[in-house]
Amino acid sequence: MDDMMFLTFLATLAGAAWRLATPLIFASIGEVFSERAGVLNIGLEGTMLVGAFCGFAAAFATGSVPLGLLAGIAGGMLFGLLFAFFTITIKADQIVVGAALNLLGMGLTAFLFRTYYVSTGKGIEIAQPVHIPFLSDIPFLGEAFFRQNLIVYSTVLVAILASLVLFRTSFGLTLRAVGEHPKAVDVAGRNVAAYRYGAVMVGTGLAGLGGAFLTLGHSNQFVEGITSGRGFIVLAVVVFARWSPIGAFFVSLLFGLFYALQLMLQAQASIIVPYQVLQALPYIMTIITLVVLRGKGAAPSKLGQPYEMR
Amino acid sequence: MSQKPFLRIDNIRKRFGPIVASDGVSLEIEEGEIHSLLGENGAGKSVLMSMICGMVRPDEGEIVFKGQSERFNSPREAIRQRIGMVHQHFMLVPNLTVAENYVLGQGSALRIINDMDKVHARIRELSDRYALDVRPGAIIEDLSVGEQQRVEILKVLFHGIDLLILDEPTAVLTPQETDRLLALMGDLVKDGKTVVFISHKLDEVMRVSNRISVMRDGRVVHTVNVGETNARALAHMMVGRDVRMELPRSPEPPGRVVLSVENLTCRAETGLPAVRGVSLNVRSGEIVGIAGVSGNGQTELSLALSGLLPVDGGRVMLSGKDITGLDPARINASSFSHIPEDRHKHGIVASLSLSENTILQRYDQKPFASRGMLNRRVIGEHTRDLIKRFRVKSRDEDQAIGSLSGGNQQKLVVARELARNPDFILVNQLARGIDIGAMEFVMEEMLKQRDNGRAILLISTELEELFAICDRILVMFHGEILGELPPDRTRLDELGLLMAGQTEQPALVG
Repeated sequence: MDDMMFLTFLATLAGAAWRLATPLIFASIGEVFSERAGVLNIGLEGTMLVGAFCGFAAAFATGSVPLGLLAGIAGGMLFGLLFAFFTITIKADQIVVGAALNLLGMGLTAFLFRTYYVSTGKGIEIAQPVHIPFLSDIPFLGEAFFRQNLIVYSTVLVAILASLVLFRTSFGLTLRAVGEHPKAVDVAGRNVAAYRYGAVMVGTGLAGLGGAFLTLGHSNQFVEGITSGRGFIVLAVVVFARWSPIGAFFVSLLFGLFYALQLMLQAQASIIVPYQVLQALPYIMTIITLVVLRGKGAAPSKLGQPYEMR
Repeated sequence: MSQKPFLRIDNIRKRFGPIVASDGVSLEIEEGEIHSLLGENGAGKSVLMSMICGMVRPDEGEIVFKGQSERFNSPREAIRQRIGMVHQHFMLVPNLTVAENYVLGQGSALRIINDMDKVHARIRELSDRYALDVRPGAIIEDLSVGEQQRVEILKVLFHGIDLLILDEPTAVLTPQETDRLLALMGDLVKDGKTVVFISHKLDEVMRVSNRISVMRDGRVVHTVNVGETNARALAHMMVGRDVRMELPRSPEPPGRVVLSVENLTCRAETGLPAVRGVSLNVRSGEIVGIAGVSGNGQTELSLALSGLLPVDGGRVMLSGKDITGLDPARINASSFSHIPEDRHKHGIVASLSLSENTILQRYDQKPFASRGMLNRRVIGEHTRDLIKRFRVKSRDEDQAIGSLSGGNQQKLVVARELARNPDFILVNQLARGIDIGAMEFVMEEMLKQRDNGRAILLISTELEELFAICDRILVMFHGEILGELPPDRTRLDELGLLMAGQTEQPALVG
């Protein structure tokens, strides 16, 4: 490879990394909200699948990407409502409910897809890249960062907004307190359950959006299990990011890089490593992350614990 | 007494399941007084006050505040009526700043927090006015317990209150901090506030109150003016029988050296040196006390002795055997009992039953287990026996220990540790959370152990506890033993100076 080719390779890699990171960014920022409020939602895989399916179905019916995205968010939130009801109101174990919802999400979307769509074999119109004037003409950088679709661009906005809400508003302060010392919030006269519902809704809404991106901004099809474990990788991203939205953005990018790398390396005939090894890269990174960062503070101290008012 | 009391509680009843917490309590608080609520653990003091501040709703009865009948659904409503409470377990979010804790839950949820400077200024102003030394930007988890308590008190003042309820505030304080708190209560009353002080420490109650109400079994049994009573009478009212304030002990001289510590050094969890060359001996049949303001290395000393903190240097010998730096299991097995300072961290497993907690160190030994199976019958009997002997108030031995009051948890820990028949007993804060009736009992048990030839090292910040049962008192300051005194109350000043790190006193006993 000569230098020019290598630079082109890097630019393509960076652009692909951001694109592939997008679903992770949405879902992990959402999960940051949820976990900051003390709710560990491991049902994100199922939630993202529901988002992906709803997005696809809505876009299929209306031909509109924005409506598809909204449907993805709504689907995720509806699924999240189920999770919130069981874990917050009924106070069931968050891990058990999350696992159940993962199975439900997989089964339900596969069932509905097979029933209504698989025979049509048709794809949908997906979000088209928007070339940002001038910036997209910068050599290499333009290719990497300024020829994405609007959903990809919006990740930056979402990360900044999420960080502001979490650290600069009264809502965010209370939400963080709910995950650390819910009783203090209760005594201060705020409804702990309502905040946890809110946090879960934000979390699953964003997870639904992340899922919808897979069908509306990336592939043009729904495929069974299209999330392929991204909902679980998100959980590792949140730990790695130390429960910070901006951190989640950058860690997601890193994971996006691994996805992009394995895709592009597979295409390089000169690489002799079996492609399965490359495919496993993001997952191996997840395991390494969780092992290396295991037990290192910063986790909300009431993560996973239902709150009992006396 | 005025015609309309400031706060009137009329025939309040509250049950939690089968437990009656308030059994028709009536109480009147006058404006501008310090009214102490005295009573043993479980007498219903905290529950009563939780109902006044909106944490708990009464089943029956009436609360009349400033002539108006009130029924608070949340602490927020109580604060709106200017009633605030400082709880025993602080309501502070550990990873937020002081100021963030104060604005938590205030105003609209969608408000953007941009006026923190104003909040900081207001906190500084209040802090200066009452000399509370609270820094608005400090993160809660970096503060000592005493500081956190001042932050809590200031929080209530920040929200603006007329009636301040303090729930066992001195339980976590050093003598100096306690003095400071009692003085603060006086200042608040001068500023026109009314204070309800929940405590079971007679001397503090006598020092600071105008009136004292004594609670027992969910009822107020007496309300007296402070001038018309004394500590002994109060103790009698609390317990319902006479309490001996002086405990008899046998004059037997101590025997062989059981625990010998030579030049022990270790670092705190933060990595800073905490114990700097401590040497001491504890002989059989004696109780050696270690006095000191908390945070002078006592915690680390006890953790290092019991194997919970690595030892950097020096030697610990128990009955001639080197136990320096062994793991806790092996130290435990060397006839070493430990009644830890932090019960929840090192003493009990809150979610396990009383039975399971009593065999924590011996679950794999006969007679509690054989061939890898627990012998539930023996464990149950053993636990019931301890519960009975140590008067642990509980439903049965299968109840989770976390659901008992702190005092009863402590009694079970003491019972378990003594039941192991150790040569040496390390105690850090014997009476933490224990009421006066139980304290007398636990101290008597300690003296019995002493008379049976056990060696006991008692680390305590409660001087009364040390004076009552120790044979000699060592003073720890800045990780070192600064001196030794006999348990002589007339030499309290000397002890105080040593605790403050001053060694130039000529009267040191070697």
